[in-house]
Amino acid sequence: MSRLPKDFVLSNLSRRGFLKGASATGVLVLAASWGLPDAFAEDKKFGAEGMPHGVIDDPKVYVSIAADGSVTVICNRSEMGQGVRTSLSMVVADELDADWALVKVQQAPADEARFGNQDTDGSRSMRHWYEPMRRCGAAARTMLEQAAAAQWGVAVTECRAQLHKVLHQPSGRELGYGALAAAASALPVPARDSLRLKQASEFRYIGKQASRAIDGADIVNGRAVFGADVHFEGMLYAVVARPPVYGGKVRTVDSSAALKVPGVVKVVAIEGRPLPSEFQPLGGVAVVAKNTWAAIKGREALKIEWDDGPNAGYDSIAYRKELEAAALKPGKVVRSSGNLDDALAKADSTLEAAYYLPHLSQSPMEPMVAVARFKDGQCEAWAPSQAPQVTRERIAERLGIGFDKVTVNITLLGGGFGRKSKPDFVVEAAVLAKEFPGQAIRVQWTREDDIHHSYFHTVSAEYLKAGLNQDGLPSGWLHRTVAPSITALFAPGMTHEAPFEIGMGVTNMAYAVPNMRMENPEATAYARVGWYRSVSNIPHGFAIQSFIDELAHKAGQDPLKYQLKLLGPDRKIDPRTVSDEWNYGESPDRYPIDTARIRTVLETAAKAAGWGRKLPKGRGLGLAVHYSFVTYVAAVIEVEVKDDGTVIVHKADIAVDCGPQINPERIRSQFEGACVMGLGNAMVGEISFKDGKVQQDNFHMYEVARMSLAPKEVAVHLVTPPGEVPLGGVGEPGVPPIAPALCNALFAATGKRIRSLPVRYQLQGWQQAGA
Amino acid sequence: MITLKLNGKDHQLDVTEDMPLLWAIRDVAGYNGTKFGCGMGLCGACTIHIDGAPARSCITPIGSVQGQAISTIDALHADPVGQVVQQAWLDTAVAQCGYCQGGQIMSATALLKSNPNPSDEQIEEAMVGNICRCGTYNRIKTAIRQASTHLKEAKA
Repeated sequence: MSRLPKDFVLSNLSRRGFLKGASATGVLVLAASWGLPDAFAEDKKFGAEGMPHGVIDDPKVYVSIAADGSVTVICNRSEMGQGVRTSLSMVVADELDADWALVKVQQAPADEARFGNQDTDGSRSMRHWYEPMRRCGAAARTMLEQAAAAQWGVAVTECRAQLHKVLHQPSGRELGYGALAAAASALPVPARDSLRLKQASEFRYIGKQASRAIDGADIVNGRAVFGADVHFEGMLYAVVARPPVYGGKVRTVDSSAALKVPGVVKVVAIEGRPLPSEFQPLGGVAVVAKNTWAAIKGREALKIEWDDGPNAGYDSIAYRKELEAAALKPGKVVRSSGNLDDALAKADSTLEAAYYLPHLSQSPMEPMVAVARFKDGQCEAWAPSQAPQVTRERIAERLGIGFDKVTVNITLLGGGFGRKSKPDFVVEAAVLAKEFPGQAIRVQWTREDDIHHSYFHTVSAEYLKAGLNQDGLPSGWLHRTVAPSITALFAPGMTHEAPFEIGMGVTNMAYAVPNMRMENPEATAYARVGWYRSVSNIPHGFAIQSFIDELAHKAGQDPLKYQLKLLGPDRKIDPRTVSDEWNYGESPDRYPIDTARIRTVLETAAKAAGWGRKLPKGRGLGLAVHYSFVTYVAAVIEVEVKDDGTVIVHKADIAVDCGPQINPERIRSQFEGACVMGLGNAMVGEISFKDGKVQQDNFHMYEVARMSLAPKEVAVHLVTPPGEVPLGGVGEPGVPPIAPALCNALFAATGKRIRSLPVRYQLQGWQQAGA
Repeated sequence: MITLKLNGKDHQLDVTEDMPLLWAIRDVAGYNGTKFGCGMGLCGACTIHIDGAPARSCITPIGSVQGQAISTIDALHADPVGQVVQQAWLDTAVAQCGYCQGGQIMSATALLKSNPNPSDEQIEEAMVGNICRCGTYNRIKTAIRQASTHLKEAKA
């Protein structure tokens, strides 16, 4: 195995795994742990096995069958709209050969020792749990067959499970799963390597359209239980006034007026922690009341004087200038091949462009909310969390009680998008619960709280420069990316993008350019930066795909043909050879970057969209492709720009190669939704800071996509790759190609190049600008 | 005490008149289908019907709806048009996370009651106030068109 860079430990772990050191042993040790000896590299594990607590595939943990035949599957991943409760259960049900109508799902509480890794992030749930869940189903099916054989006194080879029954073919006898359940559950679990998994031709549910969505009926009837739907008799309700600036503190508080608001019970201080805040609450003042409204009114009546702390100068306009200036100067080299300087010097011509993307807030429709109860030294919480285990750990640490004294139950999530991977809001509920022993308490964030105190998507400046040959193709490629890093949440002085950020499109860029250098100048974080659906792929994909479109136009070539030439011959790239040791935590051998798959999605999207059509002025097609979360996605977007600059998105054709498709309906819906979210990011999304404070308060100021911004038509084209490849991600990879495809289409329509997001009013007067 | 006519029943609620219906419905009356999304009437997650018309419960003080009939997604299964809309939502597999969908369905039902055959533009106009962060808008449109077709067929 190749030698790995010193920081691989960070890069290989999950979005929370590398934090364990931070809480247990302190920041300095954490920083040191990023340089673990290379000897450890020999043990590097990939995929599900590389995640904290790895994989459990014991059917006795995950599958139970009642005497009435109903099958209950435990879902260890959080449901936030990606359909994981349905998809994982479909996999178990298929191998079990269960009747889907008799399958129920139960949500696992936080317990990774029992359930394996539960972090619902990184577009990994199906990728990592498809095979273990197949084994669970197959093992349970085998045990039912064995139980039937024993009962009949026949050879197990004569017994076959089929749609909720075991049949004895020679005699025609049959027994239902319910009747066999007790005997089967007493049998030992068959060895992993003895299991017979189904052939693809035998699948009942896997890869088939439209199995009943597990939570569908509850959702349309308003019965689905989200975080705020957990109620207890006599429950208390809290809202929290948090420091308006990251790292701020309460200087003085006068709660006398708040306490007079009818329904207000108590005002409680919550301690923050010194910067950086990691996943801990920001601190502040909580108003506890008998209902949410009283708590909100009480908070309005608080008189707080804040000490804004060291980030009070954070100003987005000034910061943008800093980032853009940094992008013009050399920075830490993160990938280099050939001799770029020589190539640029000898080039026939050069092109350079700078792009800017602002902060965003995940702002799922369900604002942060959690319920907790503290009783007899134990804490139980109910929360819409993407990170059950870390939530449980942080509660235990914060309350100073044992991990075994904490229970974290996971509700449905009203959207997550990365925000709910951070348990700060659940820890707040636990802290307050301790103040009211025996009583349940709910912490409700308002939308303003959500927007002001997000873990924001990074802000970035991207600078690209190419040296071009006479044929218009680049001989040299320079990409500088400058953005505050998520790692700044965990340790001071983190000013470079981590491998898991730089590996989102920069280092693992697959185009065939002989001389390349990728650099990452420093950027300091002055706000909480966190994971936002697709993460750093958003700025990197936007810059690279916009720039290629610019290069194609400079060369006077069709952008599709140009893309295909730039891609070079079909080949599989070992990510290690392009300085990407991260590779989304996946094995570089199982998951090389396959340029044939990039080419195929490009061609598929282009063909579906009728690429090359002549369109009148004011209408245009734009193309982009981006590989992320080990999935290949291309998008062609057709836009119309009205005289006043209004943009109408007529159609989006999205081609996806995510490897084997387990639940095609959900794959389609994820890519449809990612397209809409991508359009929202690009057209209207922006969080900005002034005096350290977020300038947007609610959805009138922080705009997200509404129906009017959605494409009039969206078509998702699922591409089946040739040969056997492992699963790719689905939840996130749909976002990155959308913004560049949109802006490339806007250029085709108007001649105006958008290099700074959001687009918003930039197209006003586009006709006068004389494209 | 304020009397609220909610989902066909009178509820005696010990709340102040300025309390938005949303919190009265959720925290006090105990119906959970109506969701909090923004508190400013900007997102539509809290959409209810007041005498059949769609309204944002997060900005409607309970004191302003005395004597009026309030209905929520929790009771929509008893409404003939609501049933058709709910079924169309299931057939189209609209929901992703589902949090906003109660509000979406309430807005769509109100639309189809007042205009059983809406154009695409009318659908957009009626639904533009309902945000879905998962981005299910295309399926919402499809479901509304399907429900409209079913309602016409049922009448014919």
